[in-house]
Amino acid sequence: MEIGLGHYLTVAAILFTLGIFGIFLNRKNVIIILMSVELILLAVNINLVAFSTFLGNLVGQVFALFVLTVAAAEAAIGLAILVIYFRNRGSISVEDINMMKG
Amino acid sequence: MIIQGLAFYAFAIVLVLSGFLVISARNPVHSVLYLILAFFNAAALFILMGAEFLALILVVVYVGAVAVLFLFVVMMLDINFRELRRGFLQYLPIGAFIGLVLLAELVLLVGAWPLPEEAPAAAAALATPDPLEISNIDALGRVLYTHYAYLFLASGIVLLIAMIGAIVLTLRQRAGVRRQSIPEQVGRKRSETIEVRKVQPRTGV
Repeated sequence: MEIGLGHYLTVAAILFTLGIFGIFLNRKNVIIILMSVELILLAVNINLVAFSTFLGNLVGQVFALFVLTVAAAEAAIGLAILVIYFRNRGSISVEDINMMKG
Repeated sequence: MIIQGLAFYAFAIVLVLSGFLVISARNPVHSVLYLILAFFNAAALFILMGAEFLALILVVVYVGAVAVLFLFVVMMLDINFRELRRGFLQYLPIGAFIGLVLLAELVLLVGAWPLPEEAPAAAAALATPDPLEISNIDALGRVLYTHYAYLFLASGIVLLIAMIGAIVLTLRQRAGVRRQSIPEQVGRKRSETIEVRKVQPRTGV
């Protein structure tokens, strides 16, 4: 039962697919879409750390750290936009967002 | 080795299950809680891979900051989630199709990727050190503060801009709220605020 690089990559691939699937499944709920994006970034981080470990190169972990930073910033900005959108329109349905055009 | 394999499968299965529950839970609060569970299990996988510092950072940043932020927003906004779930199954077929195609492609890619017999030689400064000699955080710090110092500063700027942006976006001036204005209070003069009047007896002011 040797756990190799392929095992970790497979877990990350499943998690990435779940994130994509979540975006399709919850077309209306922006909060769940943002959580799906977090899942996708988590899968990418697992990939980076797995490659870093099994190829013996620290750069993967450094890059995962930067991805983590950007993910935190993205969540903060996304939720701020969500809050002001809800304040203005009283709903967070994605289908209403095209009302903002023009 | 057996224990490591068992731990990997346990954490991976819980990670995938909680990831699925994040996108399928009825209540968004439950979604956030499953997201936290997923982050904890991913951190455990990181520890299994020997990246302790990233595992702990994952718990601190994701569970401590991002997930709590999500929880705040979900609980503070008064949203009719039942309304949002209408048409939930409408996109299930196409979503499942695209997801399955993507998963098949990714797994095929993982299977076809030529796993090297031995790791390619990294630059000496960037190679993963022996964990018995130097700890993960020490090695990471030696790389991060030398080779990647500018990128490290840039990521700090990204966080600063995100913070300023979030504050600017959510700041609002409400009408009809009485606020304390210190310069106005300090700048008051006696002549502007006090008026001496002669009041005749038995009459009002």
